Parts: sequence; structure tokens; C-alpha cells
Amino acid sequence: MTTSMFGAPVARREDPRLVTGNGRFLDDLGHDALAAAFVRSPHAHARIVDIDVTDALDVDGLVGIWTHEDLPGRVGEPLPLLIPHPTLTHGRTAYALAKDEVNHVGEPIVLVIARDRYVAEDVAQLIRVEYDFLTPVVGIEMARDATDLVHDDVPDNVSAHMFQEVGDVDAAMAAAPRTLELDLSIERSACMPMEGKGVYARWDDENGELRLYSSTQTSTGVRAAVAAKLDLPLAKVECIAPDVGGGFGVKINHPWPEEVLIPWAARLLDQPVKWVEDRREHFTSSAHERGQLQTVKVGFDDEGRILALDVKLWHDNGAYTPYGIIVPIITSTQLLGPYKPGAYRVEFWSLYTNTVLVTPYRGAGRPQGCFAMERTVDAIADELGLDRTEVRSRNFILPSEMPYDHGLLFQDGRPLRYDSGDFPASLDKLKALVGWDDFAAYRAEAEAAGRKVGLGIGCYVEGTGVGPYEGGHIQVETSGRVNVSTGLTSQGQGHETVFAQIVANELGVPIEDVHVTTGDTRRMPYAVGTFASRAAVMSGNAIALAARTVRAKALRIAADALEVSADDLEIVDGDIRVKGAPGTHMSLGTVSVMSNPLRYAFDEAAKAATQFAGSNDPSKPPVADDDEPGLEGKDFYSPTQATFANGMHAAIVETDPVTAEIRILRYCVVHDCGPMINPMIVEGQVHGGVAQGVGGALYERMVYDESGQLLNASFMDFLMPYASEVPVIETDHLETPSPLNPLGIKGAGEAGCIPVSAVIASAIEDAEGFPIRSMPISPVELWELRQRHAAGDWPSLRRPRHTSSSPTDTQEDR
Amino acid sequence: MKPAPFVHHAPRSVDEAVAVLGEVGHDGKVLAGGQSLVPILNMRLASPGHLVDINQVAGLDTVVVDDATVRVGALVRHTGLERHEGAYAALPLLRQALAHVAHPVIRNRGTTVGSIAHADAAGEMPTILAMCDGVVEAVGPAGPREIPWADFFLGPLETSLAEDELATGVRFPRFARGTGTAFLERARRHGDYALAGVGAAVTVTGGVVSGVRLGFVSVTDVPSVLDLTDAYAGQEPSAVDWASSADAVADAVSPEDDIHATAAYRRMLAVELARLALTEAAGRAA
Amino acid sequence: MSEPVAEELLDVTITVNGVPHHARVPARRLLSDFLRHDLGLTGTHVGCEHGVCGACTVLVDDEPMRSCLMFAVTAQAHRITTVEGLGTIDAMRPVQRAFTECHGLQCGFCTPGFVTTITAYLEENPDPTAEEAREAISGNLCRCTGYQNIVKSVLRAAELRRKEANDQ
Repeated sequence: MTTSMFGAPVARREDPRLVTGNGRFLDDLGHDALAAAFVRSPHAHARIVDIDVTDALDVDGLVGIWTHEDLPGRVGEPLPLLIPHPTLTHGRTAYALAKDEVNHVGEPIVLVIARDRYVAEDVAQLIRVEYDFLTPVVGIEMARDATDLVHDDVPDNVSAHMFQEVGDVDAAMAAAPRTLELDLSIERSACMPMEGKGVYARWDDENGELRLYSSTQTSTGVRAAVAAKLDLPLAKVECIAPDVGGGFGVKINHPWPEEVLIPWAARLLDQPVKWVEDRREHFTSSAHERGQLQTVKVGFDDEGRILALDVKLWHDNGAYTPYGIIVPIITSTQLLGPYKPGAYRVEFWSLYTNTVLVTPYRGAGRPQGCFAMERTVDAIADELGLDRTEVRSRNFILPSEMPYDHGLLFQDGRPLRYDSGDFPASLDKLKALVGWDDFAAYRAEAEAAGRKVGLGIGCYVEGTGVGPYEGGHIQVETSGRVNVSTGLTSQGQGHETVFAQIVANELGVPIEDVHVTTGDTRRMPYAVGTFASRAAVMSGNAIALAARTVRAKALRIAADALEVSADDLEIVDGDIRVKGAPGTHMSLGTVSVMSNPLRYAFDEAAKAATQFAGSNDPSKPPVADDDEPGLEGKDFYSPTQATFANGMHAAIVETDPVTAEIRILRYCVVHDCGPMINPMIVEGQVHGGVAQGVGGALYERMVYDESGQLLNASFMDFLMPYASEVPVIETDHLETPSPLNPLGIKGAGEAGCIPVSAVIASAIEDAEGFPIRSMPISPVELWELRQRHAAGDWPSLRRPRHTSSSPTDTQEDR
Repeated sequence: MKPAPFVHHAPRSVDEAVAVLGEVGHDGKVLAGGQSLVPILNMRLASPGHLVDINQVAGLDTVVVDDATVRVGALVRHTGLERHEGAYAALPLLRQALAHVAHPVIRNRGTTVGSIAHADAAGEMPTILAMCDGVVEAVGPAGPREIPWADFFLGPLETSLAEDELATGVRFPRFARGTGTAFLERARRHGDYALAGVGAAVTVTGGVVSGVRLGFVSVTDVPSVLDLTDAYAGQEPSAVDWASSADAVADAVSPEDDIHATAAYRRMLAVELARLALTEAAGRAA
Repeated sequence: MSEPVAEELLDVTITVNGVPHHARVPARRLLSDFLRHDLGLTGTHVGCEHGVCGACTVLVDDEPMRSCLMFAVTAQAHRITTVEGLGTIDAMRPVQRAFTECHGLQCGFCTPGFVTTITAYLEENPDPTAEEAREAISGNLCRCTGYQNIVKSVLRAAELRRKEANDQ
């Protein structure tokens, strides 16, 4: 049944090759390539005085050693600042190889190319670099303090200072019956895909052409950047993203130094060269994210309605800003979630530190914003002694208010305007799923057994499917095979499957006939990339539009041939037939033959399209003026604004009364990304996001010491959750369609991770009876908070903990 | 993350291995399971010039259980010992602790003797050797010698094994009849190095406690044993409030701060785990 | 400049997926690199090279072990089984089939390590509970799936194995 492909849990087309070891990831290619390794800075902030390679020159298998002064022309210039912004007044980017100064541990200084990676590392180890030490700026407080600077020419370490205000916050705050202030913090984590980055380049000297493979989230972006850096015509550079072992944001930044240097060296040496990032390199030279300090002042009435919200954010952008200030912009806008404060003001400072640069990690600033907003809403509920869901309900934007314009500018430079969503319905579903109203009884039972449990909640809205555009190209071969290409890349999202589902559905062909290619600039040179939960919305709609074009053309050709009206035709299982008279039909493959008038017959089927084969109308050209040969179509989707998905999570946690260990007993998700193309895949995305969120809430952090050394740059000490740390995830869905695009869909990729820190903080707070203001939280931190609380050094929550029926204090009165 | 070059030696006998170790001196490292060593080599935190790979040495892969001891050869993998029914029957503490050694896949390769010779304060098996009052069997140029555990462990990652000596096995003496044991630990993630771990052995003779021993993981520099027999001897095990061990445990451990927990937290954890482990061990004693 | 000294190469013979392979490799060649680059069996993936992530797990004499923590020279005289030896696209084995049925993978980079680990696990524990299944996969990292569907895949694989046994 081809018509029900959309919305079906279709098994993934990618899987058979991946489960049998037949995937083709970056390091599975190029076994004849030379290997690259780097000398990277062991210091967080230093001037490079001297580089001595003498000892390294004797190593058998060495091919070449290069430092910054060896890099010619644009290769030696700073890497591009990808997303400029008027408030990013002091944007700084790194050089492909450090020039004079290093600004974080792990910054590349020397490129080594050798016979294999073992030898390249031997060489790197023998190169001596002499440094003059500078004071490292580590942590947001130190950056804000600005006694020491990361970049001499950036005053106060501030790369950007941004301010947005809607309404008159000062007046609304002054008029508010009640106010609260919160100091919050979130620490750094990182995407940490299982496959690190990698680049493999082949130079074709005979044709002056470069073929480049990169484990990237944007092959078109890398292609353009590399062509510009190497001063090559775009037409002479192709970039292919092979199977990519996870991205989660870190592979959207580009060009990474290695993406410039490896192709440059391959051309210079006229030999294939490959660099495969190892795990330690990934920790200290790929990007991190999340670190922020926040202050929130909120004014509200006695019913808990937010009248004024005043937020200040200090965002740690690391040593450089190649990806601009997208992360803090998203925090500052998406913080509002499903709520409509009377007046809103947000101000942020993006600060340099001598640490690894910061670029988006799944959620891209939203987890921090959600944390700030949800802590605030919980604090209001606590202040007023109201149920936390009640306060949320009273501040929700209602379905009748959609589209809802916040009056702010979003990350795509367009208005922050919600297109759809039914927040009250989502909350009802969530309360039912987690058993919100029964929790008091559950808690009483648990407490009687000496256990501490708590219930937490978090809500978010996510702008997904941001522009500018994506394209889809569809070509039907004479065999009936349907080739689909789109330019954005895949890192596990199942694009080969969901895009095939869309085409099968739109075109009326069996999904087995549809073959999808992503991330190959030879097939689709115009594309943006895979980020911001945009692939399904952008490429999905582009492909649907292209499929509709192809369908229309197929029906037109078939209608001519069958001498019926196109309106009377349908396509079923790749066969075009007259509705109600299926005996009159022709296959799409045959239409493909007819669409391409031929002089030469290359096979049996092609004979039908040759010049003496059929009844040609001699008065018309074989290809009409307004037509093209071939049964193919291309279209682009470019929306005026993002679509807004949303979700709400709740969790029940248990904290050990003695050891303060934290266990998630239940984790519930209600998610609304509109109609789901493949619910199995959407659910998988939610699962993965929640697991990353759990990591960010309870386990993962980047621990820098004061000298800027990353103390936990290994999987031993950076605590990514195993299966033993991730709870069973219970999900329910709401499907509120977006009015903005032909398929009515919204993005789902990042959603799962956004509210998790907020939810877990809310639940721990509920279990413990005191506020949680900083995440992630480890057992030792909770244990210390308990001690501070017991000593009167940390406040209690005001209200009795989560109750929905009988107040708990009646028992104590007896 | 590729190891630096080294010369690989694959001796076939203990004598051959000892001879090679003598030749290469401090530039040599013994490779058995390699589950601790190879990560260090891959990260180039160590670059020995010679690896003496003992995996081909005959006769080191057996577990022998007799009335007095469980003897474990230097090539017995953790999994081999963990699954050994005879060893379990003789000394259940071995399996109780081995279940906490990293993950099963690591245990399939890593050796118990290797982890004892590595002498990591976060290792479980050095502590078990100490709790059992065990002995390391070593062979050097002068022949074999036996090193009681207390003389073996000198400091974190430091033992009294000479450069030219090979630890060929260890002997875990069995506990007295009527001993119950338990081993508990807490880690940030399942299978990680413990924030703190505690082994307990409680012996009951004629219905009353006659022996109480505790061993600690990750909260002391070197394996050490806390013998609380005097405090509890003669009491009925079911009547003992094991929380009363708290002060003694807190005094016995000397944890340090690291990125995963503070010393104070680890001390608290040791106290709590000791209470739980003693309770569990006493419940098994008869 | 003195003449570079080439590293000594050793002859090794290792049986991989039932086929004996001879090669000359340096002593320090990790088994993972030997499989991937000397033999071209790229299904075994390398995710951390310090033994934590489990992506490189292969079967050594049917027991799962980390190939990044073994040297090729040490693997001599052992039988190595990689993911390629556990089924093909046209003839997937139960664990592989279960992963495709249960959406047990996303990017697929960690998957070969799970497939080898679970294959060995089910040999010993053919009928695990969900909790046991979770425990069995708790030494392998996956950054995509949140493990939910990998647990399901273990249970489904156990079911498929039983079916297969009954059909024979």
C-alpha cells in the first residue's frame, strides 16, 4: 500500500548495511591515504616562541611537517566567522594552525603527515614548542571579571552584548504585586558523537579537481569554504558526507581547521590524505556547549500570572566565535517556552574564555533557557503555594491565540512567532501519563517506607525547521527506479527512509523503488545543512514539492499517451492508471522512457523513445519549449519563518536519604511535532534526546581546572550515560499540524533533550524541599546542599511539597 | 591515540619471561590482559620500550581450590575466576567483588593477578587479597618467593615486585567456617571505578560473632584491612547494630578529593557501605 | 641527519571470521586497526581507543573483548569474529534482524559493538528479562538511541533465536 507510507513506522532502509558492518564511515574510506596528526597546545593561553622540529625529521615514514608560517594565502588567514551579527562586535576566529598565540588546550599548532597515524603521532611527540605563558581566563566569573583578557583587543572579554525588550519591564515590575529573583547556572557538556570528526581528501592532478569527504553536518558548506580557502573554482570541488556516526551539532560548524588543511595538503602532496579525530582530540579541539550563568527577576500577581520578566545571561563562548552567537540568541528567545509574560527584557553577554570554543549542541541554548524559565515558574508556584501545573496553565499561550508573536527577533533573523500548538492539551496528556494527581498518595506511601521521592515537570517550545532553504531532486529512471537527492546530510536520523516515505506517498510508488542520497554535492549542490531540527521540515517539504512536480509531469505524459484527462489518472504501485478502469495503464518507467526523446536505443525499453518508433507530431519539437527531457523534477522549500514544536516532560526521582544518590524512577514525555512521517523514528529521536538530557542533568560536565586544563578528557571521566543510567522513557504524542508548510510537519530532532535538566531539578527540589539552582547535579553536590540546608545556609521551599489532594501538614498536626 | 613503538617479547615459560624482564629492566612492562595498560599506552602516558607479553606462557591459566586457599594463576581472566564454581563455593567474596570489576567485556580479558599487580587504589581485587590475608607468588632471577599482601602494596600503583620479577599467581586463603561476606560499592556510573567500595567478612562461631573484617576500595592509598573483631566478638549477629562501626570506619579511611566526589563524601559513603555490607555479611554468616 | 630506523615488522596469522589471515605488522598494531586497515574489515568501529565505549568489541574465541585494547600480535592463535562474521545483508542473524525491527540503531556507529556483545550474551543467557538485557548492554555507549530500543532488540533477538532453533 503506497498511499499509507506517510505516518507509518516503516523499517529503516539504512539498517541492513549498518548492522552487518557495511556502513561506510569516514575512516572506512581511503586505506591508501597518508595520515595526519597534530601537535596541539598543552596550554590554555600562551604565546608561541619557537617550534623546533629537528628531532622529528629522522622518523621513518614522515612525509611532512607544517606550521602556520608555511600556510600560503587564504589558508593562513583566520577561519571564517560563519554567522555575523550586528551585536557580535568582537567576533574572533582561529587560524587553521595557531599563529603566534594559543587560546585553548587542544588548539592545533603543527600539522604532521606520515605513512600512518602511528608514525604521525611519533613525529608529533618529537616536535618541541616553546611557549611564553599568559594568564588563562577560565570560567564565566573570571571572564566577566575581566582582570585578564583572552584576546588583547577584546575589552572585557565580551564578544557580543545583546538586548531585547518587549513592553515596559521596569513599569510592569514596579506594578507587580510580587517579585522573585533567581541566580542560576548550567555547566558545559558536549555533543560527543560516537564517531569523531574526520576528513579525507583526494586531489586529481590531471583534472585539477578536489574530492573531499568529511564527517560533517553540511557538505555544501564545507565545499564552499574549502573552495574559497584553496582558491579553487567551486566546480572543481566536491564534498561528500558519507555515513556519519552522530553529529548533534558539533559537525555543523565548519570549516574546522582540518577541513582546510587536509585538502590543502592532499593537493600539495598530490596524494590522498586522511585525518581521523581521536577521542582525546575530540574532547579538546571540537566544540562544547551549555555553560551559562543566569539571573532572573520576575514580577507576578497573586494568581501566579507573570507580569514582568527580566533576564540576564552570561554565556561562555570559549576561545573563538566561528558560529557567531546563535546559542545565546536562542536561549534568550526560546526561554519563553509556552508562556506569555506581560513584559520581557533579556540582556546577554557572550564571553571569551581560554577553553574550547562553543557551538550548538542539540538543543542549542534551549536547555539553558528552559531551565531558567521553568525554575522561575516553579519558584512562583512555591511562593504562592499553588500547584506547579496550575501556574503553568495560567501563563500558557492558548490555541486561540495562535499564531502568537512574541515581538522578538529569533535566531534566523525573523520574528519569534509561534505558528501552532495546544499547550493545555499537552499538559493534560502529561498529567495523565505521569499520574500527576495521584502522586501525593504515592509519595506518602514511599515516605512511610523511609524513601524520598519527588515529581518534576518542564515545558518547552522549540523553533524548528529554520531556513533559508533546502532542495529536493527526483528522477525516475526507465526501470522505474526513483532517485531522490537532497543536499543536507544524515547522522542517524533515518533520512533515507523518511524521505523515501514522502516520495512513495506523493508519487504513488513502492518504497523499495525509492533511493535517497543525502549530503553529496555532486547530486545536489544547493543546500544548507542538518541542524535546528530542520531536515524533515525543510528537505521533507522540498522533496514533497519536487515529487508533486514529477507526478504532474508523469500524469501529463501518460494522459497524452492514454488519451485521457490527467485528472482521471492515479498512480498506484508505480503504475499510472485510469481511475475506475485499471485496465488502461502504463508504468512510471514507461513514462520515463517517453519523457526523454532518444536518437539511440540503449536497451529494449529505450526503443520506444527513439525517433522512428512512435507517432511523432512533425509540427512539434520533440521537447516542447517549456519542457525538459526526462521524468524528473526539482524544487526548493524556503519558509518565511520557523515552525514551532513543543513538548512537556515529567519525572519522578528518588534520592537516597543517606548517600544523596539520585535515581529516575519514571520519565514521561508528551511531544508535539505535528504529523509524524515515521512515528518509530520520531520516538527514537525523543529517546536519544532524553538520554542526552539525562547525561546533562546528572552526569556530564566539562571540568576545567584554573589553568584551563580539561581534567576529564576521556570516556572514563566524562560520564556519558550507559544503559544503566538511562531510565525507561514513556512517551505520548500530540499531533498539532503546522499551517506553514505543505506537509504540516515540525521538527523533532532536538526536542528530547531540551527540558530534562529543568525537569530533574524540579523533581529533586520536590523530593528534598529546597531549591535547585544549578545543573548538572551529582550526588556529592546534593549531599553538600543538604548539609548547607541543614545548617540554615540554603533556603527551604515555602510550600508543602507536591500535593494535589490532602495537605501533608494535617498529619503533622495530629 | 596510538601507542609508541615497543619491542614485543613473547616468552613461552616463566623462566624465559623472567630472563627477558631482567634484560629490559625498567624499560619493560608485563602485558597480561592489558585492560589497564593498553589505554595508558594508547594515550602515550607511558611508552615502555619493551612489552613482555606473557599470554603464551604455559601453566599460568589455572584456578586451584584446596581446603585452605584459592590459587589464581597470572593468566586467569576475571571472568574465568568469576565463573569458577569451586572458587565461588570456597570464597564467595571473589565473585561478589568481581561483579564490580569494570564491565563484563573488560573482565573477559583483564586478569585478576594483573589487577593486583597494577595496585590501583580503585581496584577491587587488591582489597580482596588483603581481606583474605592473601599472598602474591612471584618468580625472579633468584627463584620463586612469596610476598604477603601487606608487604606487596607499597602505595598507589606501587608494589614491592622487582623489575625482574613476574607475579605468577596469588593465593586467597579461605575464611574460617561460619564466615559470611559481602561486597558493595558505589560508582557514578555502573561499572566505573568506585567512589567507594567496601568488602565485609563476618564470622560467626557457636551463634556469636567471632570475627569481623572490612576492606576498602578507592578510599585508602593502599589496600588495608580494618579488623573490628574486638568490638563485636561474642555478640549475637542479629542483635548487632552495625551502624556502630561508623566511627571506626571513618577513622580507617583516608579518601581524597577528585572531580567525581569530595573526600568527605567518600568517607560518608564508606561508612554507609560498611554498615550495609556488614549487615549483609552477618546475614550470610552462620 | 641519520638514516631513519624502520620499525620491526612481525609475521602474524590470525583467523578472522573463519579465514586465516597472514600479515606483517608492527608489534604495536592494535587489533582494531589490524582488522580495519590491514584486513579491510571496517565494520569494527573505533570510538575511544581506551576501552570504554565498546564500539570496537569483537569476539575472541567467542568471548567479547575490546579490540582497541589488544595488539594484533597477541591475538595470534585465537579465533576472531567481527560483525561481518555474524551475518550479511542478505542473511542477517537474529541480533541484526532484531536491531532492524526494533529501530535499535540510529547513526549505526556503535552498533557493531552491540551486535557482537549481544550475540555472545544470548549464547549464555538465551532468555533474559528486560532488566537483564539492560545490564547486558551496559558496557557499551550509544549516543543516539537512549538505549530504549536496544533493550527491545535484545529481547527480540532472544525471541528470534528461539524461533530459529524451533524451526530447525
